Amino acid sequence: MKRADEHFGEDAILFDPIYKPGKGFYVALSVFLAVAGFAVYLYIRQYFLGLGVTGLNRPVFWSFYIVNFVFFIGISHAGTLISAILRLSKAEWRRPITRVAEIITVVVLLIGALHPIIDMGRPDRALNVFLYGRYQSPLLWDLTAITTYLMASTVYLYLPMIPDIAMMRDKGTKFKWLYTILSWGYEGTPAQKHVIEKGMTIMMVMVVPIAVSVHTVISYLFAMTVQPMWHSTIFAPYFVVGAIFSGTAVLLVVMVVLRKIYHLEAYLKEIHFKHLGTILLVMSLLWGYFTFSEYLTTYYPQEPHEMKVFWYKFIGPYAVFFWGMVATNLVIPVLLLSFKKDIKGIFIASICVSIGMWLERLNIIVPSLVSTRLPYPTGFYVPTLTEVGIFLGGIALFCLGYLLFAKLFPLITVWEIQEGREHGIKEVNDRIRSYLPDKKIDVI
Amino acid sequence: MAKWGMVIDLDKCTMCGTCIASCHIENNVAIVGPEEAKKNRAIFWMDTITFEEGEYPNARIKIVPRPCMNCQSPQCTYVCPVNATQKGEGGIIGQIYPRCIGCRYCTVACPYTVKYFNWYKPEWEKEFKKALNPDVSLRPRGVVEKCTFCTHRLQKAKEKAKAEGRKMIDGDYWPACAESCPTGAIYFGDLEDINSKVYELHRSPRAYRLFEDMGTDPTVYYLMEGR
Repeated sequence: MKRADEHFGEDAILFDPIYKPGKGFYVALSVFLAVAGFAVYLYIRQYFLGLGVTGLNRPVFWSFYIVNFVFFIGISHAGTLISAILRLSKAEWRRPITRVAEIITVVVLLIGALHPIIDMGRPDRALNVFLYGRYQSPLLWDLTAITTYLMASTVYLYLPMIPDIAMMRDKGTKFKWLYTILSWGYEGTPAQKHVIEKGMTIMMVMVVPIAVSVHTVISYLFAMTVQPMWHSTIFAPYFVVGAIFSGTAVLLVVMVVLRKIYHLEAYLKEIHFKHLGTILLVMSLLWGYFTFSEYLTTYYPQEPHEMKVFWYKFIGPYAVFFWGMVATNLVIPVLLLSFKKDIKGIFIASICVSIGMWLERLNIIVPSLVSTRLPYPTGFYVPTLTEVGIFLGGIALFCLGYLLFAKLFPLITVWEIQEGREHGIKEVNDRIRSYLPDKKIDVI
Repeated sequence: MAKWGMVIDLDKCTMCGTCIASCHIENNVAIVGPEEAKKNRAIFWMDTITFEEGEYPNARIKIVPRPCMNCQSPQCTYVCPVNATQKGEGGIIGQIYPRCIGCRYCTVACPYTVKYFNWYKPEWEKEFKKALNPDVSLRPRGVVEKCTFCTHRLQKAKEKAKAEGRKMIDGDYWPACAESCPTGAIYFGDLEDINSKVYELHRSPRAYRLFEDMGTDPTVYYLMEGR
């Protein structure tokens, strides 16, 4: 009997997760389903009992769910944004990374967008946002930006998938009906190629400002209030930088994991990790610069309400989280990425940053709420099993989304790799020549 | 148009807590029980704030009753996504319980932290159930609530004045806390009516407001203690 994937030529290994899932797939699937199912149970329980099952209280009205909301939406900034910037700048090393990154965006956005609803006291009235919506409220800005971003990044993920789906429709063995629908009759004619490329170019250009707008308005959620250490003008760029920072870290973690479990060593090479590691290092330093600027401007004038929050973070109950954040976001990644820049070092740095950026969201949200302006008695916020379980459920859902995507579609853009082999090398040669003062060969 | 406001004379306040109790009874404020109260989830439309001033030999404690500040530039209504909290008649900041989606944005935006959330379905013991005030709607689970200056009393007072064929006069409309205060420390009335008591008091040199410099423009005034 012929192997199902024999027709895919030298990129056959990319189709292995689809046609040869193996035992590991089913084990992982059931584990993630179990965790996500438990989280669904916890949420249903919360829905019927009320938000009292969480650790929230007065004045910590917002906590875990909003932290996770900002965190998950933040992660989404790596995918589409990095892919669009790399494609726009014609970085040739982008080819195996683009789709891996874009999937993160779409999956994580879907999870992140659920969190405001999970956090609502009356999710059954969520549609009041459309009935009585006030566009002056930053929450509506969030709604607009996130839905726009979700649409844009889904289209941007889907367009480059069409040639690959058509390939699987023609040569594959499974799910032919699905691929027939999703490939929209793509045959690879020059006219069709042109349309897809044009569509991709439009989306690339559009997705960059949309992505920036998303975390900008999420920061406005906090910056538009008068609360100490929320009411800050640098919050928008600070959040965007933090979002790209955490997103790059998660992208690197995902790449290391995929490389290991799907045996993609030939595609995701050390050089890709090094390039992305450089981006991570730059973002880490940029994040450090913003953090320094934010805290120095708070400290210097000694405004009492702001100082209350400041000391709560520096030497108060949140000191361990604050200094943990500084260590995992700045100290460890900068040292590792400067002196031990191999895959292992980059992996550890990325894990640290993923944890650190979650701590950063926690550090921004809770201390400002605990330090009320009026001297109320305030306790110490401790999350309950419900909140932790739903957070783990969110992570499981992310893995689940990724796993199912890998079961249906190749994780690496096959046609883009082939294009790189066929045209990329010549194109880069020509391009480099066009940069040089050599008049004879001035192509492109 | 009236602009309803409150003046609290701190010299007269004895911290007896009658205002808190009467507010609870008048407005059907849920009693959450000791377990929940320990988690800082008790609801007090009228509460007291304890300021600790100075250091040891010169230390003193100042206790201040705190209703909703009823700001005229209210941070809470600015951020509400569904218009469930808004400035109503006479500058009173109201809450629309059936519309609130429970996002708690107003609670975190309020600089005075006067807003409360119903973490569970509010329940009343048998005896309390009989004493519920029919004029005030019961809040469901998952919505935000706060002091409304007993706005139902304003409706009643207006209807009464209308039935008697006269205009409303100072003293027609008082919230429960002001009415029940045994020392008469809480005054209430129209800040724009030059014949009202609060008009005179809120212009006194002793009058101040909480965080006046923040620009929220509260209509709750305090009269400083004479030292």
